[in-house]
Amino acid sequence: MKRLFIGLPALWMAVFFLLPLAILAIISLGDVRLGQPPVAWGPDWPEETQLDLDSFDRILTRPLYVDAFISSLSIAVMTTLLALLIGYPMALGIATAPRRWRTLLLLLVILPFWTSFLLRVYAWMGLLGQNGPLNQLLVALGLIDDPIRLLNSNGAMLIGLVYTYLPFMILPLYANLARLDHSLAEAAQDLGARRIGVFLDVTLPMSVPGILAGSMLVFAPVIGEYVIPTLLGDARSPMIGRVLADEFFLNRDWPVTAALSIAILIVVAIPLFVLNRFLARSAERA
Amino acid sequence: MSRTSPVLILAMIGGFAFLYVPLLTMVLFSFNASRLQTVWGGFSTRWYWELVQDPEVIQAAILTVKIAGLSATIATVIGVLSAFALARFQRFGGRGGFSLMVTAPLVVPEVVIGFSSLMLFIYMAEFIGWPARRGFTTITLVHATFATAFVTILVQSRLAGTAREAEDAAADLGARPMAVFLEITIPSILPAVISGWLLAFTLSIDDVVLATFTTGPGSTTLPIYIWSKVKFGVTPEINALASVMIGVVALAALVAALLMSRSRKSIE
Repeated sequence: MKRLFIGLPALWMAVFFLLPLAILAIISLGDVRLGQPPVAWGPDWPEETQLDLDSFDRILTRPLYVDAFISSLSIAVMTTLLALLIGYPMALGIATAPRRWRTLLLLLVILPFWTSFLLRVYAWMGLLGQNGPLNQLLVALGLIDDPIRLLNSNGAMLIGLVYTYLPFMILPLYANLARLDHSLAEAAQDLGARRIGVFLDVTLPMSVPGILAGSMLVFAPVIGEYVIPTLLGDARSPMIGRVLADEFFLNRDWPVTAALSIAILIVVAIPLFVLNRFLARSAERA
Repeated sequence: MSRTSPVLILAMIGGFAFLYVPLLTMVLFSFNASRLQTVWGGFSTRWYWELVQDPEVIQAAILTVKIAGLSATIATVIGVLSAFALARFQRFGGRGGFSLMVTAPLVVPEVVIGFSSLMLFIYMAEFIGWPARRGFTTITLVHATFATAFVTILVQSRLAGTAREAEDAAADLGARPMAVFLEITIPSILPAVISGWLLAFTLSIDDVVLATFTTGPGSTTLPIYIWSKVKFGVTPEINALASVMIGVVALAALVAALLMSRSRKSIE
């Protein structure tokens, strides 16, 4: 029985998850050629093709790729900070709300998370459009004279990203804050400490593991995001996920697509690994 | 007992408005009689009628539900097995690697999973002749693989605090391990299994990236259909379609949440 319970999932994931990644690694070393499949490697090598690191060399030196990586990283950082800024007060509010309210409030956070990325992003296309409600509101308020271009900008993309990944920030933060003993904070308040002081000295330091976990859950998927940059973002400064998809769908350059995939995996994996070590150590201490 | 600070209440109101205003606006405009997003032309269900009469949409919806049903079932079976392995077998060779392998798809970007899976299918077709054509089979396989990680996490967390004593007692009384699993473990984690299936189902229904990479000619799922339309802007038909999908997903989420909270109560 043990063999079945471990063996079947292991076999499935090895074939459909690990093997594809191994194929990626090989393709990233191959060369582009005409034909189907448009990559040379394996048993059908003509003599002149060989495995080399050309694709990696290209993604490390061409500004298009380097810039995309840099902009992805900085946008992921900004998204994380904004989600933290909006999500932390919400999580704390839910955690300190009367018990009978908590389940409902949590459900309200989770509900959008269950509806599709695509449709949530699409909803913002409607809101931010040239003739959309937001532009009309701004005109009606007299803040602008004519509708302005809100869509297809870094700002619109950032809004979409924060919107989509906000629940990922709130849930681990809430899990952390709900476990904290808020009577400690209340005691400090009863003894005359100011609310903001109590927050900075007591609540905030104790919630660091929750902040880190939430930040990771936002940061990691945002780096490789494809749908949001394509629908809301500026085509002139694409994020790396969009560059990857374009290399594949438009340029049919499989080796570079594969090399980009591996590079993204590394960029995502390093902070996750560091965080895991940190959380494991702080759990040991506790 | 505790007093929620007014600042926090304001932050919550703002935050929830941020989460819900876009969705509500979209649902509202799906009932707009006018084709223009700018003008409110009165209440109308016209776009919903056009939706149900569009054969392309109906066909895509059927394909999407078929893929979601099958892939969620596969993901649930594999996910429950691996969750049980992780929660109950404390020591086995390669446990760390196993754990990493079944949960890693959670953090691997979708574009990478989509592209690498397509590569797998292309080379499998070349070397072993299967899957001969891409579409239903390939999308189902990649969705099942992706969702397995989610089911594993969900079921594993529920298994950690459940049924341990009953399992031990049954085993002490001579029940075979498989019988213990089927008659003690599964019934006691059934709500988590069902909500795992529902989560896998909604992940599949929603997915556009994995499906775009692994689909083939003639196999258009609903998200692929929507994706092909929304790239060119906002239309009332898509507003209507989105509203229907949000309704379905919200219902599924509600059922899953109720099941989870009921099982929590039954434990307490």
